[in-house]
Amino acid sequence: MTDKETHLANLEQIQKDALAALADVADADALEAWRVAHLGRSSAVMGVFSSMGTLDKELRPLMGKTANEVRQALEGALEEKRQLMEADALKQALETEKLDVTLPGRPVTRGRLHPLTQVLRRIIQIFGDMGFQVYPSPEVETDDYNFTYLNMPPYHPARDMWDTFYTKQEGVLLRTHTSPGQIRVMRARAPEPIRVILPGATMRYEQLSARSEIEFAQVEVLVVGERVSFAELKGTLDDFARRLFGEEARTRLRPSHFPFTEPSAEFDVGCFVCEGEGCPVCKETGWLEILGCGMVHPVVLEYGGYDPAVYSGFAAGMGIDRSTLMRYRIDDIRHFRNNDVRFLRQF
Amino acid sequence: MKVPLTWLADYVDIDDLDIESLAKVMTMVGLEVEEIRLVGLAMPPGGKHEFKYTGITWPADKFVVAQVDEVMPHPNADRLILCRVNDGTQEIIVLTGAPNLYEYKGIGPLEQPLKVAYAREGAVLYDGHQPGRQLMTLKKMKIRGVESSSMICSEKELGISDAHEGVIILDDDAPTGAPLADYMGDAVFDVDTLPNMVRDASVLGMAREVAAALGKPLREPDAFLEMTGPSLEGRAAIEIRDPELNPRFVLGLIEGITVQPSPYWVRRRLNLAGMRPINCIVDATNYVMLELGEPLHAFDYDILVERAGGPPTIITRTAKAGETLTTLDGAQHQLDPEMELVTDTAGPLSLAGVMGGEESEVNGKTTNVLLEGASWNFINIRKTVSKLKISSEAAYRFSRGVHPALAETGVRLCLQRMAAWGSGQVAQGLLDNYPNPPHDPEVVLSAAWVNQSLGTDIPAQEIAEILGRLSFECQVEGDTITARTPPHRLDINEGLIGRADLLEEISRIYGYDKIPSRRLDQPLPPQNVNQALIMEDTLRDLLVNLGLQELVAYRMTAPEREARRFPPGFEAPDEDYLEIQNPITVERRVMRRSILVTMLEILEYNSNLDRRLAFFEIGPVFHPVAGQQLPDEKAMLSIGLTGLRAQPSWIDGEPPLMDFFDLKGVLEGMMAGLHIENVHFRAVEHPSLHPGKAAEIWIGEDVVGVMGELHPLVKANYELNDPPVYLAEIDLERLLEAARILFDVEAVPTYPPVLEDLAVVVDEAVSAAEVEAVIRQGGGESLTKVQLFDIFRGKQVGKGKKSLAFSLTYIAPDRTLTDKDVGKLRKRIVDLLDRELGAVLRS
Repeated sequence: MTDKETHLANLEQIQKDALAALADVADADALEAWRVAHLGRSSAVMGVFSSMGTLDKELRPLMGKTANEVRQALEGALEEKRQLMEADALKQALETEKLDVTLPGRPVTRGRLHPLTQVLRRIIQIFGDMGFQVYPSPEVETDDYNFTYLNMPPYHPARDMWDTFYTKQEGVLLRTHTSPGQIRVMRARAPEPIRVILPGATMRYEQLSARSEIEFAQVEVLVVGERVSFAELKGTLDDFARRLFGEEARTRLRPSHFPFTEPSAEFDVGCFVCEGEGCPVCKETGWLEILGCGMVHPVVLEYGGYDPAVYSGFAAGMGIDRSTLMRYRIDDIRHFRNNDVRFLRQF
Repeated sequence: MKVPLTWLADYVDIDDLDIESLAKVMTMVGLEVEEIRLVGLAMPPGGKHEFKYTGITWPADKFVVAQVDEVMPHPNADRLILCRVNDGTQEIIVLTGAPNLYEYKGIGPLEQPLKVAYAREGAVLYDGHQPGRQLMTLKKMKIRGVESSSMICSEKELGISDAHEGVIILDDDAPTGAPLADYMGDAVFDVDTLPNMVRDASVLGMAREVAAALGKPLREPDAFLEMTGPSLEGRAAIEIRDPELNPRFVLGLIEGITVQPSPYWVRRRLNLAGMRPINCIVDATNYVMLELGEPLHAFDYDILVERAGGPPTIITRTAKAGETLTTLDGAQHQLDPEMELVTDTAGPLSLAGVMGGEESEVNGKTTNVLLEGASWNFINIRKTVSKLKISSEAAYRFSRGVHPALAETGVRLCLQRMAAWGSGQVAQGLLDNYPNPPHDPEVVLSAAWVNQSLGTDIPAQEIAEILGRLSFECQVEGDTITARTPPHRLDINEGLIGRADLLEEISRIYGYDKIPSRRLDQPLPPQNVNQALIMEDTLRDLLVNLGLQELVAYRMTAPEREARRFPPGFEAPDEDYLEIQNPITVERRVMRRSILVTMLEILEYNSNLDRRLAFFEIGPVFHPVAGQQLPDEKAMLSIGLTGLRAQPSWIDGEPPLMDFFDLKGVLEGMMAGLHIENVHFRAVEHPSLHPGKAAEIWIGEDVVGVMGELHPLVKANYELNDPPVYLAEIDLERLLEAARILFDVEAVPTYPPVLEDLAVVVDEAVSAAEVEAVIRQGGGESLTKVQLFDIFRGKQVGKGKKSLAFSLTYIAPDRTLTDKDVGKLRKRIVDLLDRELGAVLRS
């Protein structure tokens, strides 16, 4: 064996021993010890560099090159090992950090609008898009505004349609519907055209039960102009129903009677619970009575300050409680004003 | 009103319509069918029905007309009988206990067989022995040794009425063997008549609507009356004192009548229409009322003659003071001078248009009947009815207006029926006093106006034809239609209103479904700004974002409920409430004055339902104002907080309880969200609040509300849990006036801020707000933020003192501040604090 061969064999052995030792390294400390032992200042490969001066001159370049290759190989192996160990460690760590993802999240305190407000807002928004503006009106009214100006003089039979709370103040009552607002807005605006929505609380003398309330929310819409037609009432309500109940909503107008509109109609929407098949919500009819409407009666226009020979209009009124009740299939109308948190927090 | 289908079919041809289609036609013309009760007829074809059906059907193979040829005793039971029945195909022995067959028992084969309703084995019908309507199936059974599987039916068993005293005995012309449903099967439509459609509170009225909708002729009943008795002239007289109250009064006389049951078909119809058959006289008046809509009244003529001591004079007049009348329901009424009466020379006979008197009513011994048909002022009737709290079928109709033309038709039809059902002779001539005939309006309208109003394109001729179907007499000239109101309705007005009245009639009969649906084609009205409404919505959203649940609450309450907001012994202010005259309960007899009470009651209601309660309500309170008809409706905002700051959870354990500063934080967040500046809080005393934890809320120079912890003594008035309750009550109008839609946005600083902390020791009495104000004053414009971050009390700062630590942020808009700049500002602040508050810098 030549000198050269001996030296090369020695380097080969150094590399082999070091790699063998690296295979047994199991943790970061051992890895560092291995680095010190096999790549450190006093390691065998470094010893080759430092003893380079003792070699033959011709051997030096080859040995230098080879020793360098060995060192690089060991460094590469070290890096590889380090990455492998880090990957292992991360893997282990991730495994031990595993959460029970089914545990509940940290509670957030969230507020909510009352369901009646939510539904009312939706209605106001839909009519708002059609140019209707909200007009507020009082909840305590005079007999005149609630009845007489709406074409129901004292002792008019139609007054029976509303069970009324009267007050001890002469001629003052709790409004039974939002319709007195029609007169108020007409008197404020005449002779300008009108397109308003009148929301608010109304009261009726009823026995409290799952189906009937003494206080409830209504919303009224009113249009007054020079040539307002029944067809426009129909179109407005159809658009409204499609937007509130969905593109496919079926609608119908059916003759009815209100003293303050003529012609008068009930506006029905195909039952969205059974889709017309018949169910308890629609009382097996397939239709839900959503609102009452009609062309503003000439007497009402006149009381409002509009000449009925020139102006016409339409009005529609709907109960928010009732439609909310139907929409969410709520079993008891009294839930709305009981404000039981177990009810409210579902919205 | 309950309308039997077969009765309706007397006046209009509806054979080509099934029940469902007919109900749809009625509904779409304004006669809302609420329920259809089958009394024998089959369900209409098709699976999907738009109406509610009840009742039973009588299949042809199970229910037939049969005849009883002989009634025989039961061998083992006295109270049972055996009937030899022929059902058209065979002879059967049927067991029954019907008392109304006893009289035929054991007399051998009947000369005139009895026609009955017969049900075979397997028939499903109502159980006559059970209360209410319970279905049963006929099965073979043995009673006291005799086998029976079929039945002779009572009205209850067939669903005609609740009568189960005996079996039905049909009229003699009933065809033996015919399916019972073909002979008398029916369906009863329960129709909700609209207040302006009292003309349709009659079978004929409804038939007219149906005929108009279908474009078919109306068959009016023939009012021909055979008058064979002696003349009525001189045997009675009519005197009307006030034609305004009594526009018409008609009398007819029938003599020698036999008080007996009406024919079975009449009794069946009355039962189906919801009226109890009595005898042929009473039944005839009820029948004609249901048929025509004209209530009638039958007097016993002989009693009137006796009272008058000769031919009676019927006087219609208002009551005299002190007069009384006992009506035929046995009730004695104290009459007042506004009430219209039918009287004779001896005194009151009946309450006009409402109810007859007990004394002069027909009875089992009556032979001569004086029949009244009249018309009355509907307002007067309404007043009487509401004062006496009395109701009747007659009053229902008269209080809504019945056309006087019907009075005569009604008397004729009724006398004709009395003669037919009770024999007797009708006296020649009617007495007819008609001082105040109504003017049947003539309405002129143009097709152009109709079409513009409806959005349709109906020719003038067709409009006239539609009105003609409702019995209007129309003339068409070019585009103009002149329509004369028919003499059976009072709901059509003159002029402009009359036009609207007719528009309703035209559109109803033309069909609402045929009117096109068009989008609004009107100029957009001037758009108005209502800042309060916009801000109110913003406010709701803000409070929701701050974690609060919105409430919607009752306005009605009681003064003693409102008084609970004061501690015991507190002398509550004498407050004037808007009181309800007819409250539903004493608990809700006034309109609320305090929104805080509503909040407290809702907190109380929910106190055990959740451990964190955070609510707000926006709504009015009602304050009567002297000299003002309507009360002030003051919009208020209330906030209520109690319990845990957050929901407890497995992760953080139990959160702390909310305190005064949670509420204050909500209020500050709300104010900031509304861009309200210049908000400050000042300690205050308030009867409902803890004396040390209550503050007035100020915006600039105005107090807008109050906030704080609920006074422990007030809290004890409610069933609330241990955690303290925090409340705020705010005047919404003032709050929203201060809110700003537009506000200044400051430039984001270009130069870096300088931050530093400053801790000062002050007397306990000095408020944090005062210290902050002085710091701001000293710091000037460059001091952009002052934030309190710590309060310390202890030995180090001395007794009666506290240390307040603030974090200060300095920024100059035009340069980077140097240490020297900040040092100067700081010295100014410290000096000012020393001078103004005696504050000492804490090192």
